Amino acid sequence: MRKLLKYLKNYKLQSVLAPLFKLLEAIFELTVPLVVSVIIDKGIGGADWQFVTYMCLILVGLGVVGLISAVSAQYFAAKAAVGFSKQLRHDLFCKMQSLSYSDIDGLGTSKMITRMTSDVNQIQSGVNLVLRLFMRSPFIVFGAMIMAFLINVTAGGVFAIAIAVLCVIVFSIMLISIPLYKNVQGKLDKVTTSTRETLTGVRVIRAFCKEDDEIDIYNRRNTELTKSQKFVGKISALMNPLTYAVINASIIWLLYIGALKVDGGVLSQGNVVALYNYMSQILIELIKLANLIITVTKSFACAGRVNEILEMKSSAVEAMAGVMKENMPYISFNNVCVNYAGGSMDALSDISFTVDKGQTVGIIGGTGAGKTTLVNMIPHFYEPRQGEVLIKGINVKNIGDTELRDRCGIVPQKAVLFKGTIRENMQWGKTDASDSEIMDAINSAQASDVVLSKQDGLDEIVEQGGKNFSGGQRQRLTIARALVKKPEILILDDSASALDYATDANLRKSLKQLDYNPTVFIVSQRTSSIRHADKIIVLDSGKMVGCGTHEQLLDTCEIYREIHYSQFQKEGA
Amino acid sequence: MKSAKSGVLKRVLKQLKGYRLWLTATIFCALIAVAGTLAVPVFFGEIINLIVCEGNVNFGSLLSGHIYTKFLLIAGCIALTSIAQWLMNVINNHITYNVIKDVREEAFANIQRLPLKYIDSHSYGDIVSRNIADVDQFADGLLMGFTQLFTGVLTIIGTLVMMLVINWAIALVVVVITPLSLFVAKFIASRTYSLFKKTSEIRGEQTGFIDEMIGNIKVVQAFNREDENIEKFDDINERLTKASLKSIFYSSLTNPSTRFVNSIVYASVALTGALMLIFQTPLPIIFNVGLLTSLLSYANQYTKPFNEISGVITELQNAVACAGRIYELIDEKPQTPDAEDAKVLSSVNGDVEFENVCFSYTDDRKLIENLNVKAKSGQRIAIVGPTGCGKTTLINLLMRFYEPNSGLISVDGNNIKDITRKSLRQNYGMVLQDTWLKSGTIRDNIKIGKPEATEEEIISASKSAHAHNFIMQLSDGYDTVITEDGGNLSQGQKQLLCITRIMLCLPPMLILDEATSSIDTRTEQRIQRAFAKLMNGRTSFIIAHRLSTIKEADLIIVMENGHIVEHGTHDSLLQAGGFYSKLYNSQFAI
Repeated sequence: MRKLLKYLKNYKLQSVLAPLFKLLEAIFELTVPLVVSVIIDKGIGGADWQFVTYMCLILVGLGVVGLISAVSAQYFAAKAAVGFSKQLRHDLFCKMQSLSYSDIDGLGTSKMITRMTSDVNQIQSGVNLVLRLFMRSPFIVFGAMIMAFLINVTAGGVFAIAIAVLCVIVFSIMLISIPLYKNVQGKLDKVTTSTRETLTGVRVIRAFCKEDDEIDIYNRRNTELTKSQKFVGKISALMNPLTYAVINASIIWLLYIGALKVDGGVLSQGNVVALYNYMSQILIELIKLANLIITVTKSFACAGRVNEILEMKSSAVEAMAGVMKENMPYISFNNVCVNYAGGSMDALSDISFTVDKGQTVGIIGGTGAGKTTLVNMIPHFYEPRQGEVLIKGINVKNIGDTELRDRCGIVPQKAVLFKGTIRENMQWGKTDASDSEIMDAINSAQASDVVLSKQDGLDEIVEQGGKNFSGGQRQRLTIARALVKKPEILILDDSASALDYATDANLRKSLKQLDYNPTVFIVSQRTSSIRHADKIIVLDSGKMVGCGTHEQLLDTCEIYREIHYSQFQKEGA
Repeated sequence: MKSAKSGVLKRVLKQLKGYRLWLTATIFCALIAVAGTLAVPVFFGEIINLIVCEGNVNFGSLLSGHIYTKFLLIAGCIALTSIAQWLMNVINNHITYNVIKDVREEAFANIQRLPLKYIDSHSYGDIVSRNIADVDQFADGLLMGFTQLFTGVLTIIGTLVMMLVINWAIALVVVVITPLSLFVAKFIASRTYSLFKKTSEIRGEQTGFIDEMIGNIKVVQAFNREDENIEKFDDINERLTKASLKSIFYSSLTNPSTRFVNSIVYASVALTGALMLIFQTPLPIIFNVGLLTSLLSYANQYTKPFNEISGVITELQNAVACAGRIYELIDEKPQTPDAEDAKVLSSVNGDVEFENVCFSYTDDRKLIENLNVKAKSGQRIAIVGPTGCGKTTLINLLMRFYEPNSGLISVDGNNIKDITRKSLRQNYGMVLQDTWLKSGTIRDNIKIGKPEATEEEIISASKSAHAHNFIMQLSDGYDTVITEDGGNLSQGQKQLLCITRIMLCLPPMLILDEATSSIDTRTEQRIQRAFAKLMNGRTSFIIAHRLSTIKEADLIIVMENGHIVEHGTHDSLLQAGGFYSKLYNSQFAI
């Protein structure tokens, strides 16, 4: 939380003014019992109705001034809290965009979204509340005590003891119940999981006739949840009755002392009334303070989580060291090993090969062989554990990420389009792309029929995630998006899987004819998609087991042969 | 609308019926607590009256009715009130959490019985949020209702009565001024409502943007779109900041404003009280400084419940709306239960027949019409055709996830409507394209169809599904815990586990819906071999878009738009030169 405090920097004035005005309000509130005491002693005692009226007008005046200070405090607090979260969200969003692939994999996107939304909101209300109450409540409590001391030292002593006892009660209940509430949350998460699973797996559960087992598991989890809810409920239910009892017991004590002092002529009746009023005010304020502390603890937990992300290292590298040499191989992998966080085995081990400019490279292999990882190494999405990836002799980590990625056109496995129009999606690759540039790319990607079939052509609206396009249409549009920027290096990560064989073949043909002659990497499960590549890399469990042309590999690589013949019957055999 | 609301309220009351004793107890406790809270200031006031001035303080003895006696009385009151308060809280917790538990259990049990049609047509998120978030909201409302509404109303009535008893003239002054507080609160609430709505709209827009961009962060980075995104984000962020500042500020005005009204009430009580004491009114009212102190303390207490109650009422309205959504789920019509005399299918041969089956998901779009298929025991039936032709629907009908609109499906000559669902489904082994794994260990997931399986059986099943190797590479082997829906496994690995499940329990009939679509072709072939062994003597239904995997089938059914357009063996269909041969040959076109 402390680290997040810097976000209040731009709101220094507001963050000081808000509690200050709250303080002012508290001071006016604290004078009310004094006024009442004077009314009783001087007004009623002296039967001075003018004085009473005057004092009551002061009471109303105090209310007005209190209202004004409270409203100003609320305004400044809201301003500071809202500004705080605005800056925080901005920084968080920037940070998230700059994280490396392995950090993103580790975090998971749903977690990142929760941090951005509900966690930041929780922190915002925490800041707001702290600014408003953190000064006020303790001030009222201790202010009441000081007032009591001013009236009479012995009475003040009663206040001091009562406050100490109350603090012990409030804090111990809180300390006990906070972990218990966390426990309840954990159990609720389990109940949620049960509900989700029973829906996502409804077919499997019913196919295996597991309905009753599911109900049993659910009821068990639900009962546990109820049990811990009731337990923590019992403890936090102590808060109000205990504080009530302590305050009232102190009032008895106070009145007893007051009675003795009045009898001895040290105090007046009005003084006793004032002391009584101060004690009552403490009760109300303490309840508020307890709520405040619960909210603040929650905000602290959220702040910790948000801070974790803010402290992660961004991956962006902007340094440019060395000069690209034309006599070096265009792309080369030298003994590259890659290890994912949490994985016990290397995802890629000891991969070495070179590619010349303009070549087409096919990458094939079984499930989990490391095909996607391999192509993700070129735009520096992952850092190798060992070895290096070079472009014209320069390590990709020394080429600035922005520049490097500007040279690459990437078509990911999952075909995602963004909310907007087709044109806006196409301009992701090149912000100022003209319609004719876009249509060229779309034609090359075999997607012209997609655009033509839509009423509004390039202006057709794309819904979030591209839901209004079929899988094959989305795939072709994502290919077009990568082609719009005329990349030097084009990476197609299994991005023709939803295309039929004929379209796939046409696509490869048109890629060959691109006038800017990109170096192309094609990841595929089908040998038909890559058999005409200049170089085919065969992967198996992260190792390179073959590298060569289709014909060479058929002769030399057992695994490639198996893959090929599993898709095509041995011709002529 | 209004009647629906009262219907829900009736339901809630019915739900509470079982807790009648508890409810009586909590009301009793609330009465004691409120009475105690109200009585204590009176006693304090009386004591203050006895402390008049120097030398004029009547301590009395413990039983003489003076200060000491009153202290004793107050101590008793305090103890009783505190205990009553605590008991009331505990009982309210008890009632609320038990009601919630009952509701959740009912809802969950009904989910298990709901027809697939309902589950398929509702988003999971919606159903989950009904069972979790809505129920929680309902609980909050219920709890607040119990604790604050009861005590709030009782406090208001009690305070009013006490004030009237002490001094009806001053009480009247209070009654006249308090509506001001309600009016102010209402005025602010109605103004802020639209502001809050606007804020939550912008927040929704921002969440949508975050969801889209962070959800696809890899694409964003690949296209260097970070700066454009930040620009757009900042724009939304700026609007959100402005809107939330307004809504937070205006809504936070409620408290200071009502407090201000409160201080006016307070001042009025002080004024009228003091004046009455000075001028000794002709009214027949006994009044003194102690009573004035009590009145002032009541005036402080009096307006607070008004604030609370208006909060509780919004909360309650919300809770009723949530309860309505839960009851909708609980009341949703379950599938027709098995007939009383439904047969239990045992020792199945595997003759499956569709006779004139018609089916559609919605009334306006017919899908399957007059379908006739005969699968003899041990046959392999493959179903091919373009997306949306009704392949997966056939599986829904076979497993009785959906019921045909007309016609009948039979297993060994028994209409499946006359067989218990349980025994029908137990005789099928099903592997779907959409893999589903439970959170838990790998072993638990494999054992789902045969909980009593031994370690050897599990390992040999995994070996025949070619899953053993990758399982052993996981950190804890078979004991590796996987997260919900297999998070950390690849799609292909998940499919292997689903196949292992079937390899373990070996049911007499099989349904494979694109069961190997995410597995690489080499492993697929090996699994096919294992399946071939498995399918020996078992009737099986196979859906696959890789045609190489179904060439050996005894019968290939080619479907288009819910109709069978061709059927036969691979060779006969190729010869016929129809839709199938076109489909088959397209994969060799280069």
